[in-house]
Amino acid sequence: MVVMDETSCMPAIAKFYLEFTCEESCGKCSPCRIGNKRLCELLEKITNGNGTMDDLNALRNLAAVIKDSALCGLGQTSPNPVLSTLDNFWDEYVEHVVDKKCRAGVCKKLMQYVIDPEKCIGCGKCAKNCPAETISRTDYTAPGHKLASMVIEQSKCVKCGACYQNCKFGAISIK
Amino acid sequence: MINVTIDNKAIQVPEGTTILKAARMAGIEIPTLCYFELDGMKFENKPGGCRVCMVEVTKDFNGKPRRNLAPACATDCVEGMEVLTASPRALNARKTVLELILSDHPNDCLQCEKSGDCELQALAAKMGIREIPFKGEQSHYEKDTTLSVYRDMDKCVYCRRCETMCSKFQSVGALSGVNRGFPSVVAPAFEQKLGDSSCVNCGQCVQVCPVGALTLVDNINDVRKALADPTKKVVVQTAPAVRVALGEEFGMEPGTIVTGKMAAALRRLGFDYVFDTDWSADLTIMEEGTELLGRVKKLLAGDKDVKMPMFTSCCPAWVTFYEKNFPDLLGHPSTAKSPQGMFGAVTKNYFAPKIGVKREDVVCVSIMPCLAKKSECARPELGNGTDQDVNFSLTTRELAHMLKQSNIDLNSMPEEDFDSPLGQSTGAAVIFGATGGVMEAALRTAYEVHTGKTLPKIDFEECRGIFGESIREATVDFAGLPVKIAICYGLSNARKLMEEVREGNPNGYHFIEVMACPGGCIGGAGQPYHHGKSDIIKRRMDAIYREDAGKPIRKSHENPDIIAIYKEYYGEPCGHLSHEQLHTHYFDKSDKVEITK
Amino acid sequence: MANIKISEDKIKVIKDIAKSFGNKPGEVINVLHQVQGKFGYLPAEVQEVVAHELNIPVSRVYGIVSFYSFFTMEPKGEHPIDICLGTACYVRGAEKVLDAFQRNLNIQVGKCTPDGKFSLNTLRCVGACGLAPVAMIGDKVYGRLTPDMVPGIIAEYK
Repeated sequence: MVVMDETSCMPAIAKFYLEFTCEESCGKCSPCRIGNKRLCELLEKITNGNGTMDDLNALRNLAAVIKDSALCGLGQTSPNPVLSTLDNFWDEYVEHVVDKKCRAGVCKKLMQYVIDPEKCIGCGKCAKNCPAETISRTDYTAPGHKLASMVIEQSKCVKCGACYQNCKFGAISIK
Repeated sequence: MINVTIDNKAIQVPEGTTILKAARMAGIEIPTLCYFELDGMKFENKPGGCRVCMVEVTKDFNGKPRRNLAPACATDCVEGMEVLTASPRALNARKTVLELILSDHPNDCLQCEKSGDCELQALAAKMGIREIPFKGEQSHYEKDTTLSVYRDMDKCVYCRRCETMCSKFQSVGALSGVNRGFPSVVAPAFEQKLGDSSCVNCGQCVQVCPVGALTLVDNINDVRKALADPTKKVVVQTAPAVRVALGEEFGMEPGTIVTGKMAAALRRLGFDYVFDTDWSADLTIMEEGTELLGRVKKLLAGDKDVKMPMFTSCCPAWVTFYEKNFPDLLGHPSTAKSPQGMFGAVTKNYFAPKIGVKREDVVCVSIMPCLAKKSECARPELGNGTDQDVNFSLTTRELAHMLKQSNIDLNSMPEEDFDSPLGQSTGAAVIFGATGGVMEAALRTAYEVHTGKTLPKIDFEECRGIFGESIREATVDFAGLPVKIAICYGLSNARKLMEEVREGNPNGYHFIEVMACPGGCIGGAGQPYHHGKSDIIKRRMDAIYREDAGKPIRKSHENPDIIAIYKEYYGEPCGHLSHEQLHTHYFDKSDKVEITK
Repeated sequence: MANIKISEDKIKVIKDIAKSFGNKPGEVINVLHQVQGKFGYLPAEVQEVVAHELNIPVSRVYGIVSFYSFFTMEPKGEHPIDICLGTACYVRGAEKVLDAFQRNLNIQVGKCTPDGKFSLNTLRCVGACGLAPVAMIGDKVYGRLTPDMVPGIIAEYK
């Protein structure tokens, strides 16, 4: 049994399982061969923040048809993670589609790391650890700090989380 | 018998009947895609893979509804079963599955060779597909072509009919399902080119492909160019099986004989000489029959080296098959060229000088029921090095297409005769088009030549038929000499016979006829698509034998034009000149293993 | 048809293995299993000989080889690296570990380094979920991995 908490994103977990079944699909029957691929692509679209409410309906219908018509046990059970997350975590799907938010902070396209200038002491450890060299110093020094705070250039950020892990002052948060 | 109810219709069916067949008995046609059967001809493709024929079983063996939908093609009926073939649930699944298949299929129906004959297109129309809700990655493969078969695997729906045809029915094994999951596709080993595989170009993969993934190599434009060239004399020959199938492309009933209309239509297309492969089929019998009698005589004289049994060599897919698989037995097939090959040789060597035209300026076109003929006419030994004896080979389907392009409706054509001197033929020639026909034609001539007597009964019923035993055997009494024959279609059956020969011919056969395609040339890959209806092939066969029965002359050696050409040109069958022009030789085309360090 | 180039001793190895299974077509998977055990991978010419020995079409042999992920037509590295992407490893950050291996070896999944030292593959669960995320190099299991441990692990084999 694997216990998951609020750091796991349900649409991403469903996608993870579908990637597995896509790999395991033998390819013999069309619902599994093509259907699982399409489920995966729909979930990819949703976790990238490009999904629509229509996609959620298509996802549910497709998952149900694959379950109902696939040839073997793999195809008949492969949509279960989609169906059960849709049933139990519908609000998370809607957040991805409508609010373009991933509350677990897993879907990279739907999140950003943000440095709070008031908390940042300007030590620069985040910039040193950033593999994409996206962090630079600002002109602003918060009251009580000696060094100017750092800032992330969001367009270049690869969302690796290195800055977040390395900040000892809790100045970086996921939004 | 068991009782089942399909769409509220109660019927009785034999045990072991699938829901699909039971529904057909009840007059309900459930759509299918991967399922393919040639009823009575021992060919069935039933992978249960496409999931288009899904139905809802509302009452199963246990009296309860079945949890999942059931594939009608692969689910046997059980007593008391109740089935809905078009419930909302089944329809939704069928439509969604179809949308899925279409989501990985190019949207190019307008340019597709298969348009109008495509089973996927027909299904999409039937189900009223108006948009494809699933967008995503599509499969892309390199296009591949042999001289006969064109492969565009982007269109493959993975029904695997071609694979079953190639590996089971033909035992050629060029095609196999490869990879897994979404990238699954039917391909030759290592996804190499089909031409580098064990493919023999029989083209049956094309005949059974439901979509445009496997199609023929189209030579219409080559022929149009020749017809438009004022410096060329264009000669056309038409194979026996074409005249009993061409009509289907113009809305006629299968089995309609259109010999006269076809000759008229070919003239309207602009061919300078409209001749008949049937004429050279008679010539083939003279050569092949004489060769057989020669081998039998040697055998009777105690010659240990004579190659027995002799095999027919008219079918080019079969020729390539034994060249690739049985290089040790190349002495067994008759050295006689096929009727197409003989016709080409006669056209270029005898007819061209006769009309005072250089052979290079005579273009010889053949209309064949066959895809392998396209490869055969390109064989280097069937030409003089710069000019092939037969320049282009078109299929029945291509001819129909050409006629339609030229606004020629076969229905409105008058009945016309072939031109002389390569146009007159006998009943023995026309039956070349059906399995057992070459054998029967050869027996009619060989019997009379060998015994010097008239045949008591001209019809060899034991040679005929497309249903029944895979390998038909008979012993024919040649006035005291028992001649043992065997006939088969399908290269898997031919393989069995060849393996027997390798083991010393324990059944003591003298003569064996092999045709690659189901039912012989009438079921050829260049014929109108039969979509698995073996009844269509049967009706073409009946037409062949009707045409034979209606001919005033029914034995090849009695064809006056054949008698004349031996007198005027060839001298005698299997003589020096005919050996040069009408016979050929075979090559070892098997795998070569090179030992490295 | 095919022009096959192969060494005498390789043919002998394949022939012996095929013979030990009675040259039965139904044993093709077992034969391929053992042949791969000997050569490390199954190049085209080896499949041709296997097909010939078992009297089946080479297309069928290739169909099997391309179907099962166990069989490979690519030679594996001296140290094959397998990253577990099972559920437990996944939720504990296996993807980041995989990224680190790809970055450090400068190869994609399924490929081999140019010097033939390392090949990188993924698999689904090695049964050591308690140690997630897990990677295997050869037969050795590495557990509780983080991306920053990767350079050190690779260095062990250099």
